[in-house]
This record gives sequence, C-alpha cells and structure tokens, in this order.
Amino acid sequence: MLKTKLFKILTESALIFHRELLQSLRNRVWVVIGLMQPVLFLVFFGPLLTRITSIPGFPARNAWQIFVPGLLVQLGLFSSAFVGFSLLEDIRNGVVERMRVTPASRLALLMGRVARDAIVLLAQSGILLLVALPFGLTAALPGLLVSMVLVVLTGISMASLSYGAAMILKSEDSLAPMLNAITVPLLLLSGILLPMSLAPTWLFDLAHINPFFYVVQALRSAFLGNFDSSNFVQGSVVSILLTAVSILFGFATFMRENV
Amino acid sequence: MQKDSLILDARNLKKLFKTKRGIVEAVVDVSLKAYRGEIVGLLGPNGAGKTTTLRMLITLLKPTEGEVFINGINVLTNGHEARRHMGYVAQGGSSDPDCTVMEELLTQARLYGIGPKQAYERALYLCKKLELTDFKDRLIKTLSGGQKRRLEVALGLVHNPPLIFLDEPTTGLDPQTRANLWEHIKSLKGEGTTVLLTTHYLDEADALCDRIVIMDHGKVVAEGTPEELKNQIAGDVVIINVARATQDYVDLLMQLPKVREVKFHHSEIHLTVNNIEQAILDILRVSDSSNTELLSIRFSKPTLDEVFFRLTGRSLREGENDA
Repeated sequence: MLKTKLFKILTESALIFHRELLQSLRNRVWVVIGLMQPVLFLVFFGPLLTRITSIPGFPARNAWQIFVPGLLVQLGLFSSAFVGFSLLEDIRNGVVERMRVTPASRLALLMGRVARDAIVLLAQSGILLLVALPFGLTAALPGLLVSMVLVVLTGISMASLSYGAAMILKSEDSLAPMLNAITVPLLLLSGILLPMSLAPTWLFDLAHINPFFYVVQALRSAFLGNFDSSNFVQGSVVSILLTAVSILFGFATFMRENV
Repeated sequence: MQKDSLILDARNLKKLFKTKRGIVEAVVDVSLKAYRGEIVGLLGPNGAGKTTTLRMLITLLKPTEGEVFINGINVLTNGHEARRHMGYVAQGGSSDPDCTVMEELLTQARLYGIGPKQAYERALYLCKKLELTDFKDRLIKTLSGGQKRRLEVALGLVHNPPLIFLDEPTTGLDPQTRANLWEHIKSLKGEGTTVLLTTHYLDEADALCDRIVIMDHGKVVAEGTPEELKNQIAGDVVIINVARATQDYVDLLMQLPKVREVKFHHSEIHLTVNNIEQAILDILRVSDSSNTELLSIRFSKPTLDEVFFRLTGRSLREGENDA
C-alpha cells in the first residue's frame, strides 16, 4: 500500500519534472544566462579576493577554498529563490488549478518542480567547480561531491519556500519584495562573500541565526576534507532540517484549499 | 447503466467565509442534481455563489455544510477517487502557452494514472474529436482563442469522465467560434457525458441546456427546462392594439383566468398569460362582447432574459460588465 503510494508520487513527480525541464530547455537563453552567472562571479569577483587573504582574521588558506564554497551556496540561494515566479505564471494560466483537480499527489506537483530546479542547480554548480579549478582551487573530490549535495539541499529548500510563497501571495508585486527582503539579509549574514571571521562580534553573533551561515561553514570544511569537524556536522544537520521544513511548508501550500 | 442515473448529487451545500468584516454567506443552501447525458446550466448574476458552488463540487473548496456525490462517490470523504469521475475546464484557461497541444494532453492523461500508450491514443483521439489534429504539435501560444478553448475542453476529457464542469466555456469567443464549441458540447451529451456549465449568456443556456438552475444570493431560486422556466416564470405575452380601451374592457381582460398581468405601453396593452392558445380565444371573445375594435394582435415568446429579470431583479447583461 505504502509502496504503491510512494511509486505513484515518484511517477507523478517524474511527469512534472519532465514537463518543467522541457520548458526550461525550450528557454535556451535562460539556460545560458543561468549557467554564466556563477562563472561571472568567479572571473570578475574571485581575483579581488585573492588579494585580501593577508588581512588579519582571514583564514590561513587558499582564497579559492574560502570563496568557491561561498559562491556555491550563493548560487543555491539565488538560482532557486526566484523559481516562484515561474509558478505564478502557471497559476495565472490555470495550469496549477487544472492539475489540482486531478488525483495527482500534491506533493508530486511540488517535488516535480523542485527536482527540475535541483537538476539545473546541479549543472550550474558542476560548471562552477570545473571553471574554478584552473583558477587555482584545490580540493579533494569527496569534498566537492559532498559540497554539491549540500548545495542542492540548499536549492531544494529555497525552491520549496519560493513556491510556497508564490502559492500564498499569488502576485509578482508581493512576491518580488518579499524574496528580496529575505534573500539579501540571508546573503549578507552567511559569510558567503567574505568569511564571518572578519566580522565584529555583534555581526558574528547575528550570523548565527542564519541557517545558511552553517551551510557555508560546512561547505568550507568539506572542501578541506574535514568531514568530522563540528562545522561540517552542524552545517549538514542544519541543511537537512531546513530542507525538510521547507518541503513541508511548500507541500502545505499545495494542499491548502484556495478561494 | 440506466439512462437516468444520477451523476451529480449535491445536497444542501453551504459555505461561509470568515473575512475581516465578519462572516460572509457565499452559498446559503444549494442542492443540485445532474443525470447521465444531461447538460445543466448554472446561471446567476455575479456574486450569486456560482463559482463558490463549483469549487465545492470540484474538490477545491470544503463546504461548511452539505454533501456532494459524484457518480455515487462522496466527494468530501473520498475526494481523491471522486476526481477520477469529473473533468473541469476553468474559465480563464488552463493550458501553458509554452507547451505543445500533445504535451499538455499527455501530461494531463498521465496525471490521471493513464499508461503512456493509452495516454497517447487518447490524446490523438481527442485531437481528432475536437478538431485539433492539425495543431497537435504546435505551441499553445500560437493557437487561436477557439482552438485553445477546444484544447482545454479536451484536457478536461482526457480521463473520459462521466461528468465535466465547464466554467463560462464561451466567454470571449466570437459568435462563429461559440457556435462551433456549442456543437462540440452537444456531442458530449450524445456520448452520455453529463455537462454542468456556468454561463453569462442566456441564449447559450437556452440553446444548450436541458435544464437550468438559477442562483441568486447563494440560493437556487428556480430550476427547470428552459421552456418550463419561460412558461412558469415569464409566461407568454400577448400584445394588442385597440381603437379605444375603456376601463370596463381592461377589467374584463384582467378577470380572464389565463391572464396573469395587464400592462399598458402607450396605446398597446401587454398581457402576460399562462396558456397562449386559450388566452387568445378569451381575448377575442371579450373584445367582441364589449364591442371593442381590435386593431392588431401579436405574441411575444418569453425569453430567458425575462425569466432572469423576474427572478433576480437584474439583467444578466448588467452583471457581465462587473466581471
């Protein structure tokens, strides 16, 4: 019973995933822009960072090992945070409602979309890492693979939250300011661009309420291969919890009856 | 299955909404029935509760009170199963402009749990049935309004449901396209599919519907075949011109058993009557016996507009402008 139910959810998620991926690929311009963005950060922002590693407080290691993990999380945050806009279009076209009157699982309607976003993110982070290598990034393969898993989890969380917010707000005019209001502080308080070890105490303490602060720390540990460090364990647990809570939230908004 | 088997049975639906200004009774008490192969029209001015009622039937809204059975399945306790027995075509459209016709049909069929091969066959069949074969691989954004509407009807039919809900199916279509869609809707009936449609157009309700349910203020205010409603509520109108209408003559007309109402329009007398054949004989007799010279006599068949106006005090056209 449970097994057939799970199979049904997976099949339906795959259907939605296929449909959404096809849509993404049809929009080739966006695929290219989406892939270019992380590379631009590497090329135009990375070189600045290699100069400031001598500042007191900057961790004593290769600047790319600090910068690339941060960039990965940033990619996860921003490439997924705005996916709600595509859902708004589907809501407006009546596609969401059409699917909601079918017996398809509401979880699948969400997860099919989230899976598309995860795949796009996976491709983007893969490219980012490949491009980073010639710049001088040194990291062990297991660290890179684990990092990609954590980034995808970040993306899944943000995408689920974004879809949930779109389902509730139902308009670009409210979704855009809300996403900006949330993502910018999240970015600034995560130590993505510069390590938080440079921050004064109050800012450093404030960063601890931001889940992505822990995710970034976990990624930096993973790059060094420190899988048993408390930073890595903490960040992974936060990441998994955040993913679970976000999916539940998104699922709840798809279950909600709408007026 | 019996021809007259009950497909939709909604009993005493009620829906309250809590708003900032207090509790709003969107639907007070609505009972609806639809039988196999029947086209039922749900009519009402804006704010009558049509949309809320529809949303309760299609499992998108939980009624505050009442029950809904579709094909014998309780929608409230077994909504998941009930969804297999109904199709829904939304008013504002339901297709993605960036998908092709076949892609949408296939996804929709698969979401109903239909296997890939049957889904493909069904999609092809529906394309043929709704004259979409020539456009089946076109992006939906390149379709005309009528083609897109036909696709959306096809999407509502992918799982071959015994009941399909069409919310304002022809709004925004030109007259020719409307007439074409009407033919398609009528052909559904021929295959035993029950159709429940809401509409703003009384001519549409008149031309398509076997039975009409008129709603106002969250309640059903009248129900019947278009003919029944016209006869019962509006009645036929006889218009006579006389050379000189005396008060005695008018009194005599008013006393006639089949006459319901007498009104003057300048030199004309409008009589609303129950049975036009009987009434005409009476009118001729009365005119003769009172020596009143009849200049002309003509009849006007009641329209649904009149029925609607009498029931709701509003014309449906007025409501349309607020939409």
